[in-house]
This record gives sequence, C-alpha cells and structure tokens, in this order.
Amino acid sequence: MKPASFDYHAPNTIEEVLDLKHQYGDDAKFLAGGQSLVPAMNFRIVQPSILIDLNRVNELSYIREDKNVIRIGAMARERHLEFDSSIKKHTPLLHEAVPFIAHPQIRNRGTIGGSVVNADPAAELPVLMLALNARLKAKNKSGERWMDAKDFFAGMFTTSLTPDEVLVEVELPFSEKNTGWSFMEVAPRSGDYAMMGVATLVTLDKNKKCKSAKLVYLNAGDGPVEAFEAEKLLEGAVLDDKLIESAASHASEKEINPFGNIHASIDFQRHLANLLTKKTLKQALQRAVKEN
Amino acid sequence: MTHTITLTVNGQKYTRTVEARMLLSDFIRHELGLTGTHVGCEHGVCGACTILFDGESARSCLTFAVQADGHEITTVEGLAKDKDNLHPLQQSFWEAHGLQCGYCTPGILMSMIPFLKQNPNPTEDEIRHALSGNLCRCTGYQHIVDAVKLASEKMR
Repeated sequence: MKPASFDYHAPNTIEEVLDLKHQYGDDAKFLAGGQSLVPAMNFRIVQPSILIDLNRVNELSYIREDKNVIRIGAMARERHLEFDSSIKKHTPLLHEAVPFIAHPQIRNRGTIGGSVVNADPAAELPVLMLALNARLKAKNKSGERWMDAKDFFAGMFTTSLTPDEVLVEVELPFSEKNTGWSFMEVAPRSGDYAMMGVATLVTLDKNKKCKSAKLVYLNAGDGPVEAFEAEKLLEGAVLDDKLIESAASHASEKEINPFGNIHASIDFQRHLANLLTKKTLKQALQRAVKEN
Repeated sequence: MTHTITLTVNGQKYTRTVEARMLLSDFIRHELGLTGTHVGCEHGVCGACTILFDGESARSCLTFAVQADGHEITTVEGLAKDKDNLHPLQQSFWEAHGLQCGYCTPGILMSMIPFLKQNPNPTEDEIRHALSGNLCRCTGYQHIVDAVKLASEKMR
C-alpha cells in the first residue's frame, strides 16, 4: 500500500506546466486533488514515472461570472463549488449535486478538473458537464482549444485530451429561463459510489409544454450516458404522469447500459434508473413551473 | 529524488528531507513521531488518517508529504493543551463513551472539528451524515453520535 517512486514537479505557472507536459508527454501524470489518483498509486494500479503537481498553480483556481456563463478554473475545489453563490444562482443543478460527491474531507481536496479528466463513469461531475452543456478549454504549448462536453468524454476513464494538453477551464452557461432541475442518486451509504444516479433538467415554453429536457446517468455505461430518445419523447409535450412513465421506461430499458457490480445487479440498476428518472422529472417539472 | 520541505504541524515548524512518494500520513507518524494519526485503509475510505490541512479536514493518506511544503497541518495531538485539559470535543467523547477500541477516534475528531465550527447546532441526522466519511469497525456509532451532540452543546 505504498506508491512506487516517481519524479515530482510542482510548477507555479501554466507556462511551466505546459513546458513539462510537452517534455514528458504520456510519462507524466497530473496531480490535481489526488482523491482518485493517489488511491490508485497506493494500490500500484497506476505507477507514473513523473507527477506534475498542479496544486501550486494559483491561476487555475477560480470561479467567476462572465456575461452569461460561469468560468471555473480546473483546480477549483469541489468544496468551493458547493458553497459558491454564482453556481447556486445560475447552475442550481450543479449546486444540488456537488454534496453527493464523496465526503467533505474528499471535496476539500478534490477538484472539478481532476474529476472531469478522470472520466469515471460512476462520478457525478462528468454527468453534470454533459447535462449542463459545459465547454472545456485545454491548452498546450502551441495554443488552446475548446471542446463541448459531449466530445470531451471518450469512454471509460478516457477523454479526448492529447498527451501534451492540460485542461484549464470549464465554462457553464447560465441555466435557461423556466428551467427546473433535479439530481438524485442511490448509494449503499452516504458518500459511497452510487449504484445509479441521474441529472435531470426540464425547460418549459410559454404554454407550459416541455421545450427541452436533459437526462444524464452515472454508472450506466462506459461514461456519462445521455438518454437522447427519452428526451425527444418529452420535448414538445405536456409532461403528465403517463409520458413521464414512458420516458423513464424507455431510458432505463433501452438507452442506458449498466454493467452491474457487487452492490447492484444490472436489473436492479435499471429499476433504480426508472424510479430516479420519474422522481427527478417530477421534481424538475415542479421547479420549472415555479420559476415560470 | 528527494525534496526538502518545511511545514507547520500543530503550531511547530519542521524541516525534513523526504522522497516524493512519502504519504503525508507516514510522514506525520514516522518522521515526526506523531502516532495519533492512524492509518487504516490507505485508500481514502476509512477516514482514520483525517487531519486538518490549512484548517480543512483531509485524508493524509491521499496527500504526499511534499505537497504540504509551506502549509499548516493539525493532527489530533494539536487539540488538547495536555492530558488534564482535553479539548471539549475530546472531553465529550470521554463522557459519552464515544469510543470502544479507539482506532477510528482521531480521524473522527479531526472531521468533527470543522463540522462543528460550520454547524454549531447540528441535528442527529446532520451528525450522522457528517460521520459518514469515518468508519468505526467496533460499530459503536450511537455513542459517537451522542458524543458529538454533547460536544456541540459544550462548544456553543
């Protein structure tokens, strides 16, 4: 239970980070909050030869409003997201979901960038990035590029970052008018990995019909899983119990692809997805009506 | 490759030379001899190694000692002035029988310090939720909950 040895670098600026990553490429791993990486290193599942610690790069740690988006530096701690007033006001879904991430002791260290780049299908933040239409900014020595969340996640623990890139910023659009939100998950104990979870958004039009909907699931496939067909069922319609029921059935039976684990069989995960879809849709709808 | 680090632990400055891979939990125990910080699972699940990192609770087994360079750490040894003057939180664990074997206790105390600061008048539900990141394998949770409740009254 001790990590293998490695060379350690603790740069202070993004420029130094990019130089190091350019030099070492895939041999170097970034150390952000370390709440997933260090356990894996303690088990020696991961044995990077070089660690680039991002914790001293102060310019990567911020949360700020900018016109109609929130900009979050990759090294902003999860605990800061939890108590940030801009996030609470403009992306209430994120505000509601962050306390589900592990425990305060973990959120004090864990970062948004670390969790997003780790791309664990059971994690909350990748699901939220997809649900909130986040854009992600990566840098390398020759420049920067933006990616939509849907193009960023590329499978189990995999993203579209290249070996010389570092994620520097997450951009979240403000929640649209008349939008209701809900995040729910079921875990064996509070703070454990959830057996199933869903982030749900419902936006209503003037006639109280569903203008758009988002349903994104965790632990339901090899990354965050969006139920596009169920969303389509809801769009343009009045959300009554019957329609919510059929969207939940469709998403949980046809669109998610859970693997099952020691705590939950595949059937049980689908059952939970069905229940959570209904519950979150009803809550999101209620909140959307209130916002109206 | 070794690194020379200087950090403050329980108000005292220490300078040591360490390998990058040395965990903060091992540093505290083996380099500084402060064995109150316990090591249970070494992968962030059990909470026995919880310390305060710049005042915020954190797993010392999920941080490298080299990362603590220039930072301020508080361990369970930093709570009481001496053995006759326990911190009110410790005193409450004593009075309410909030421990059996005691292995998980330092981690629980270091989780509850910031919790009670942030939430000085918690409900039982909130206490149980706040304790969920610390495992007690004696399973004596009821008395731990009682102890935290008592502490919240003493510290108010």
